[in-house]
Amino acid sequence: MRHIISVLMENEPGALSRVVGLFSQRNFNIESLTVAPTDDETLSRMTVMTTGDDRVIEQITKQLNKLIDVVKVVDLSEGEHIERELMMIKFKANGQMRAEIKRTADIFRGQIIDITPNTYTVQLVGSSDKLDAFIASLGNASIMEVVRSGVSGIARGEKVLTI
Amino acid sequence: MELLSGAEMVVRALRDEGVKYIYGYPGGALLHVYDALFQQDEVEHILVRHEQAATHMADAYARATNKPGVALVTSGPGATNAVTGIATAYMDSIPMVVITGQVMSFLIGEDAFQETDMLGISRPIVKHNFTVTRAEDIPTIIKKAFYIAQTGRPGPVVIDIPKDMTTPTERFPYEYPKSVKLRSYNPVTKGHSGQIRKAVDMLLAAKRPMIYTGGGVIMGDASAELTQLAHLLNYPVTNTLMGLGGFPGTDRQFVGMLGMHGSYEANMAMHHSDLILAVGARFDDRVTNGVDKFCPTARIVHIDIDPASISKTIQADVPIVGPAKVVLEEMIDLVKDSKKRPDADAITAWWKQIDEWRGRHGGRYRTDDSELMKPQQVIEMLSRVTNGDAYVCSDVGQHQMFAAQYYKYNKPNRWINSGGLGTMGFGLPAAMGIKLNFPDADVACVTGEGSIQMNIQELSTCKQYDIPVKIICLNNQSLGMVRQWQDMNYESRHSQSYMNSLPDFIKLAESYGHVGMKVTRYSDLEGAMREAFALKDRLVFMDIYVDPFEHVYPMQVPRGSMRDMWLSKTERT
Repeated sequence: MRHIISVLMENEPGALSRVVGLFSQRNFNIESLTVAPTDDETLSRMTVMTTGDDRVIEQITKQLNKLIDVVKVVDLSEGEHIERELMMIKFKANGQMRAEIKRTADIFRGQIIDITPNTYTVQLVGSSDKLDAFIASLGNASIMEVVRSGVSGIARGEKVLTI
Repeated sequence: MELLSGAEMVVRALRDEGVKYIYGYPGGALLHVYDALFQQDEVEHILVRHEQAATHMADAYARATNKPGVALVTSGPGATNAVTGIATAYMDSIPMVVITGQVMSFLIGEDAFQETDMLGISRPIVKHNFTVTRAEDIPTIIKKAFYIAQTGRPGPVVIDIPKDMTTPTERFPYEYPKSVKLRSYNPVTKGHSGQIRKAVDMLLAAKRPMIYTGGGVIMGDASAELTQLAHLLNYPVTNTLMGLGGFPGTDRQFVGMLGMHGSYEANMAMHHSDLILAVGARFDDRVTNGVDKFCPTARIVHIDIDPASISKTIQADVPIVGPAKVVLEEMIDLVKDSKKRPDADAITAWWKQIDEWRGRHGGRYRTDDSELMKPQQVIEMLSRVTNGDAYVCSDVGQHQMFAAQYYKYNKPNRWINSGGLGTMGFGLPAAMGIKLNFPDADVACVTGEGSIQMNIQELSTCKQYDIPVKIICLNNQSLGMVRQWQDMNYESRHSQSYMNSLPDFIKLAESYGHVGMKVTRYSDLEGAMREAFALKDRLVFMDIYVDPFEHVYPMQVPRGSMRDMWLSKTERT
């Protein structure tokens, strides 16, 4: 099962390496990981996308909670939540593919953020599935480079993850 | 306010934390700190011969007192030599503060002389680690380190101090914080009352109950509460390797250690039990054997201070997160207040069954198949000569298992061994750490000719500080446990398990100014051992020749259930 785990942690040097080290040390999966300071500059917010059965996910959240720098841990997948990922994708854009890429990007509500006579760079924001679908639908286009941010997530409604 | 340098603050903070001894080894990155140590006489430094020994000494002090031990080692090789000791403490949840020197902060990352990334290296084997980036933070960091090391589930904490944080000419106002609070670290102080009530109801309804306890009872100072609860209920108690002494070893309700080399009766009782009360134990693989076959009829109540220990390998039916002492106290009150009583007929029948198991095996070993002394006899003699009251500091291997099985531990914190990591070389420095802090107590290092050679250089430290431990070396001229596995699983191909170039341990001990005794006959053992312990102010190295072919039994059959055991070389359950 795919889980999105949000971690609020002290914005201290070495804090990130403790989390990453924990995952490798205990043989947990990391599919993606994003981290940045929050509005409170003493705190960082991390989103880890991982997979595992219930027992593994329980261990992941417990072990994360044990890290001294970790303030709070929430498994967003347990409730209603929103997840977003940002992708920038550079295509070779010549001939009729040039129009095709533009059209598909519009359908997916992507934006073209860089243009040269031979390339388009498209920015797309959405769930990981949506990004996958965009790539799949342009299967015959020539992709030069893909960069994805990894998933960030937030709970729906009144629920918040703060201290 | 008094102005102190970083180096002076390190020493003063240790003093203010109540530290009497620190164990260490100087080096370039720590010279300022060592100079500050020189200029005071409240914190006494013990100079070891290898940094691993410093960590084991600190660790053993903690195991005996439940208070953090302190080691001080320099950067680079000093720090990496301490790694085994830090990992040893981590695996057994032992509170310890290890201060490591570091190169000047502006040199970090440049592969400077004696630089190593100690934060990175120690990360997987510490509860937490700190680096000092501002000298004025030193008192707070040391306070936090002690607080983290000894609260919640204890563990080692490393403080890495770059040399320029200790410069003697840069002085700062010193004040040692009275307390410290971390918003991200709030260890639990009591268990969930609803869960505890549920657990007590299950306990009182059980027909074949077992109380299984580990190191959490020792480190959680819950031995008295455990004993009281067990007596109140008249239920059988088994201890893990780390939990020995948590319940009196000579009590009728004690069925011995459980697990890979657990007693026949403990493993049988666990397998057939219908309710297991696990306290401060972590269902380690050396306890459970095959997890899919573990105690098929038992429901499990699991008390632990660390939520991550609960349902990690074995699913708990009633998890209780909290300190063992407080939770057990609450349970005792509930049992006393409850109108329900244990099912007397069922418990009588259960004890009858357990006593029958006990009668069938009961820790017997053969003495008639060899002229040689049996290692078990030596441990039983040690137990007798010291009245079961010594601190027994063990190394790792067959002798460790014999010391666990045949010494009767009636008090907590007396059995000092590396359970989780299984560190050979632990025994001697551990015994030294204990003897130094408990000069009037009998302190034995139970070891083998393999383990003792892993930190034998510490005989020199013992000479320097007059540390009169008694070394009980079960000399079987081979790496006994390795050899046992090779006998059982590799058709006795003894690959690299011989020690056929042993030194003359007697002369070796004497060359350090200690006393050596060689014992080859059982008839000489008691006299020699009594003489050794009577030499109160001398270190005695007892080189005791034992049967090299002896195996440790019972031994669980790998990946089987708790009850699948070899009981001797020819007998299986």
